[in-house]
Amino acid sequence: MSPHGNPEVPASSAGAVESTAAKVPAGPETSSESSAPRSVWPLWEVFVRSSRGLSHVHAGSLHAPDAAMALRNARDLYTRRNEGVSIWVVPADAIAASDPDAKGSFFESPQGKDYRHATYYTKSEGVKHL
Amino acid sequence: MASQNLQSVPDQPAGPGAGDAQDQTAQLEAEGQAYFDRVMAEDSRIEPKDWMPAAYRKTLLRQISQHAHSEIIGMQPEANWISRAPSLKRKAILMAKVQDEAGHGLYLYSAAETLGQSRDKMMDDLIAGKARYSSIFNYPALTWADMGAIGWLVDGAAICNQVPLCRASYGPYGRAMVRICKEESFHQRQGFEILLELSNGTPAQKQMAQDAVNRWYAPALMMFGPPDDDSPNSKQSMAWNIKRFSNDELRSRFVGMMVEQVRVLGLTLPDSEVRFNEETKKWEHGPLDWEEFKEVLAGRGPCNAQRLERRREAHDDGAWVREAAAAYAAKQARKHAEKEFAA
Repeated sequence: MSPHGNPEVPASSAGAVESTAAKVPAGPETSSESSAPRSVWPLWEVFVRSSRGLSHVHAGSLHAPDAAMALRNARDLYTRRNEGVSIWVVPADAIAASDPDAKGSFFESPQGKDYRHATYYTKSEGVKHL
Repeated sequence: MASQNLQSVPDQPAGPGAGDAQDQTAQLEAEGQAYFDRVMAEDSRIEPKDWMPAAYRKTLLRQISQHAHSEIIGMQPEANWISRAPSLKRKAILMAKVQDEAGHGLYLYSAAETLGQSRDKMMDDLIAGKARYSSIFNYPALTWADMGAIGWLVDGAAICNQVPLCRASYGPYGRAMVRICKEESFHQRQGFEILLELSNGTPAQKQMAQDAVNRWYAPALMMFGPPDDDSPNSKQSMAWNIKRFSNDELRSRFVGMMVEQVRVLGLTLPDSEVRFNEETKKWEHGPLDWEEFKEVLAGRGPCNAQRLERRREAHDDGAWVREAAAAYAAKQARKHAEKEFAA
C-alpha cells in the first residue's frame, strides 16, 4: 500500500457492492495466535478522582500486565478530557464484594429505623437554626 | 466498565442440605425469574451478578460485543486519512476521534466481559471473521469529504441509536453508553464542520462534499437495522428494556434532523422522497436497498476483506508488545517476591 495512494480505494468500483466476491475467509485456524494459549492480562478496576477534595469514584475497568501499565492505560482510557487529577487501579480479584443474593438480609438492619434521619423529628419544625 | 464479576463473600454459610438439589435449582430459577420480572416492570437495572434469563444474557452479549467490534473496526476508514488530513489541526482532531473509537471499543468489551465472555475470545472471533460488526464500516472512505460525511451522518446515526441505550436495562451497558454518548457529540460536530467548510469553498470542494453525502446517506440510514416488520429480535429487546425505540422510529427521527441540518450545509440529501407525513407526524424516506445491506452484513461488501485483514495484521504486529509487557510484569513480580523473602 503506497503511502501516498488512498488505501481506502477498494478493488471494485467505488461504493458498489461486490456481490460476486468470495465470502471473507475465516482466519487461519493454525495461526500461532489462536492455537497457543495466550497469557491473559489480569483485570483492574479503575477509580478516578475528578478534582481535589472529592473521592475517587469507580470509572471502569481494563486489562494490564502490571500496576504501572494499568495506571498508564487508565490515564489514556478514562482521562482523555481532563476527567481526573488522580487515579487508583486495583486488581479486580482483590476486591471483596457483598453477596448480591443476600441483599435483603445483609442490608435489613437500618430498615424501620427512621429515627436515624433528621426528617424523623418534626416537632422542631419552624424553629430556627435547628 | 463495571464492577466486573467480583468475588463476593457469601453472607451466610450454606444452610443444612435440605431437599434434593434439583428442587433447589428449580426454586432458585423461579425466584430469579420473579426478581428479574420485577426489575423489568419497575424499569430498574440488572447488574452482572444478578440472575438473568439465558436468552437475555445471550442477546446482550451479542449486541454489546458487536457494538465493541464496530468501534474497533470503525477506526480504520478514518485512521487511513490521518496522514492525509489537510492541516495540522484536522490531523490532531482526527487522531483524537480515532483514539475515542478505540476507547469506546474498550468500554464495551469491559461491559461484555461482565456477562462471562473473555475478551480474548471476542478478539479471536472478530479476527476469525466469526463475529459481526456494523455494516457501515465496510464502505470505503474515498475523499477527505468522507471524513465530514462519516462524522455528520454515520456518527449522527450512531448517536441517535445510542442515546436511548444509555437507559438500557443492563447496568454496565448503560454506563458504557453514557460515557460514549458524551464523547460522541464532538465527532458529529467536527464532521459537520468539515462539510460546511468544503461547502463554502470552491465549486470543486462543494461538489466533493455533496458526493460524499450522496454516498453515505443510504448506508447511514441502514445503520438503524432492517425495517420493523423484518426485525425479529426487536420485540424481545424492547420487552427487556434494552431497546427503547424501534428501528423505523429511530430512522425516521434521524431523517428529520438531517433535513434541517443539510440546509445549513447548503447541500442536499440524495433522496427525492423525503417528506413529513402530516398524518403519522413522522418523517419518511425513499426505499433502501436491503439486499445490499444483507450482502454487506454477510461479508460481501466493498471493504469487508480489507477491514478484517487489517485488524488481523494489527493484532499480529502487536503480539510482541503484549508478550514483552507480560514477561516484564512476571519478572518484576518475581524480583519483588525474592526481595520480600530476603527481608
